[in-house]
Amino acid sequence: MGAEVLLGLALGALLLAPPFLPPYFLEILISVMLFGYLGAAWNILGGYAGQFSFGHAAYFGIGAYTSTLLFLNLGVTPWLGMLAGGVLAAAFGLFAGYLSFRYGLRGPYFSLVTLAFAEMLRVVAVNTKAVGSSLGLVIPNREPAAVNFIFAGKLPYYYVILAMALAAVWITRRLERSKLGYSLLAIRENEDAAEAAGVDALGMKLRAMALSSFLTALGGTFYAQYFAYIDPTITFGPSVSIQGLLQAIVGGAGTVLGPVVGAFVLTPVSELSRAAIRGRAGVDVMLYGVVLVLVISFLPHGLMGLRRGRGNPPRVPLQ
Amino acid sequence: MYGLVACGLSLIFGVLRIINFAHGAVMMLGMYTTYWLFTLLKVDPYLSIVVTGPAFFVLGMVIQRTVIEPNRVAAEHNQLLLTLGLALFLENLALVLWQGDFRTVRPPYAGASFVLGEALVEVPRLVACGGAIVMALALFAFLRTTDVGKAIRALAEEPEGALLMGIDVGRIRAVAFGIGSGCVAVAGALVTPFFYVAPDVGESFNIMAFVVVVLGGMGNFVGALLGGFIVGLAESLGATLLPGSLKQLVVFALFVLVLLFRPAGLFGGGRGR
Amino acid sequence: MDTRLSLLQLDAVTKRFGGLTAVSRFSLTVGAGEIVGLIGPNGAGKTTVFHLLSGFHAPTEGAIRFKGVSVVGAKPHQICRRGLARTFQIVQPFVNLTTLENVMVGAFNRTDDAAAARERALEVLEFVGLGARRDVPARALTLSDRKRLEMARGLATRPELLLLDEVMAGLNPTEIEAIIGLIRRIHAQGVALLIIEHVMQAIMALSQRIVVLHHGEKIAEGRPDDVARDARVIEAYLGART
Repeated sequence: MGAEVLLGLALGALLLAPPFLPPYFLEILISVMLFGYLGAAWNILGGYAGQFSFGHAAYFGIGAYTSTLLFLNLGVTPWLGMLAGGVLAAAFGLFAGYLSFRYGLRGPYFSLVTLAFAEMLRVVAVNTKAVGSSLGLVIPNREPAAVNFIFAGKLPYYYVILAMALAAVWITRRLERSKLGYSLLAIRENEDAAEAAGVDALGMKLRAMALSSFLTALGGTFYAQYFAYIDPTITFGPSVSIQGLLQAIVGGAGTVLGPVVGAFVLTPVSELSRAAIRGRAGVDVMLYGVVLVLVISFLPHGLMGLRRGRGNPPRVPLQ
Repeated sequence: MYGLVACGLSLIFGVLRIINFAHGAVMMLGMYTTYWLFTLLKVDPYLSIVVTGPAFFVLGMVIQRTVIEPNRVAAEHNQLLLTLGLALFLENLALVLWQGDFRTVRPPYAGASFVLGEALVEVPRLVACGGAIVMALALFAFLRTTDVGKAIRALAEEPEGALLMGIDVGRIRAVAFGIGSGCVAVAGALVTPFFYVAPDVGESFNIMAFVVVVLGGMGNFVGALLGGFIVGLAESLGATLLPGSLKQLVVFALFVLVLLFRPAGLFGGGRGR
Repeated sequence: MDTRLSLLQLDAVTKRFGGLTAVSRFSLTVGAGEIVGLIGPNGAGKTTVFHLLSGFHAPTEGAIRFKGVSVVGAKPHQICRRGLARTFQIVQPFVNLTTLENVMVGAFNRTDDAAAARERALEVLEFVGLGARRDVPARALTLSDRKRLEMARGLATRPELLLLDEVMAGLNPTEIEAIIGLIRRIHAQGVALLIIEHVMQAIMALSQRIVVLHHGEKIAEGRPDDVARDARVIEAYLGART
């Protein structure tokens, strides 16, 4: 009961406090929400299905570029472009996933392949004039128009990403209690035994992949609209992939709140470290590395694992 | 060149069964060490190998002992993340300490080259290639003839049997990691005369190394060397066919194809799925 | 045996792995509701037969029919859907899930609804005697309980034929007695069973019919007493008299 109250308060704070926060904090909060969102999307495939993708940037980039290109060239509102990007990303995810799963790639091999795919997309983007090559694309400063996903000020962006993050969390929760969720967990634990128990491993993994990639792509569009600039390195580069999985791992892969918790912990750490050691890029990522090593060594189930004593996996609650 | 880097990686995988993401980072550190030795102490890059190699061998062992060994029984993907974390830490440590500007090591012979038939051969590259082959051969001999080398091979092939034979597996694992790290650091040193030094160089070599290792078969050292050759070839081929950095696509495509269809590597002897 | 009634039918099934022939021209029928024991010295190919039946391997030659339909080429989960469930020689629980969740995975075979799956799983857990352990993480279960869990997971899929692979291995006599009882209860529910076992007394007592495999070939088949006295069987287990 205590946990629910806490969650309620947190939610209330997230909804009501931001208009009163100084811009710097709002920015951080937006980052937290974005990373938490990406972590949650990654979590579906990584935490639940146990397939650790190191190349989720591929979908992020597809989302970002699709909506931006549609917007810049055809004037399509990014809200729709977002969906288009999501569908495209899901298609690519299904393609990559089918190839990988059909040929039995598991564990590190799967991770490497996803990395390869993301890198391939990056290289293609860098070399394609139509998408701006390595200079990327800029969304010129147009009139703020909600219908075009352009807002004056940061607050509206915050609420958008908050909504997305909450949706992702809700989706994860629904997933956990569904047949798909149980199937994915079984696959994660022991794919052969799952098959023997009637779980269609290939089908379920593909579903997870489609969902995960779709959601990640939406995040890409948000990024594009918020920062108004994208390039191949930012969108297809390993940094996005790592960010996503980091939140989930640190917070607790395979849990509903893990990615968000992870984001709430990691982002301030990153910000503080950057502030503390000014002028030296990379301190925050360095700390990420340390945190990752520490978490894997001492808290393999992430921060959520603390709820049930160290090192115990968080339980899937049955209601 | 890729071959030597891959050899080390293959060794680590064969013995420790983990895919070491930090490999590229170690190479990068090796390059920086060479750079500083050259800039501050005027030590010739090739000579500095005498220092760099053993130093990183030790560093590798230390890393293995402190970070990787305690987590040996963790899930596979966790170990992968472990090395990833390590890589992130090392790469950005370099970034923080030395910033991101490119640096170069330019010993007097850096630009030396001669013409062989129709091709222009650059001396430093040739030396690097030769050095790689020498090191690989030395590694090969080491594994075949010395006790430690045989212990490593035993551990790679039959972990439980090795344990029963009284081999100190913990130490051997550390040694293997150390050798792998030493190799890659040396590779870094060899490369400095013609490659720029920056915190992110590790990454590009990392990916290539993975490609090579998979191509040659994880755990298959000879395969790694041959794989390196193939990858280099593929990259050059790609360069002639495709503009810009798209040549990497050829390599990646090859990588994906091999992973899908022959995960044991083109030359077998590796561990498949 | 009237083949029209048989649940499972293997016709001259052969499985070769490279140069090694694991199973050679093996024919077998199991009728609905039968208990058939599969015995043979280690390495005889028994588990390979299970892998063939459950879709993890495809036969090099021969036909396998379940309920009249060929299962060759079908994926394990499809075969499970059709009503053939199995356990593994080395138990394979989903260690990070609770006992109940483990069984629910099996129950989801027959329903898409989580609540229904849960109910079915609880039912099965009670049946195998693990009801009290339902919220315990599978990794905390004893070996004996894990074996029951494996059987429960299979039962939850509502199989018509259950393959049991050495479920008694590693159990003490009391536990073995209990498993025998459980198997009898499963049988009473109308489930056919094909059992691989090394605990001779148990399998002789349970089976209606015994099939003996040696070096991948069937060397004897019949009622337990007959098979026990068969010279070739004795020779296979004890080695030929020179």
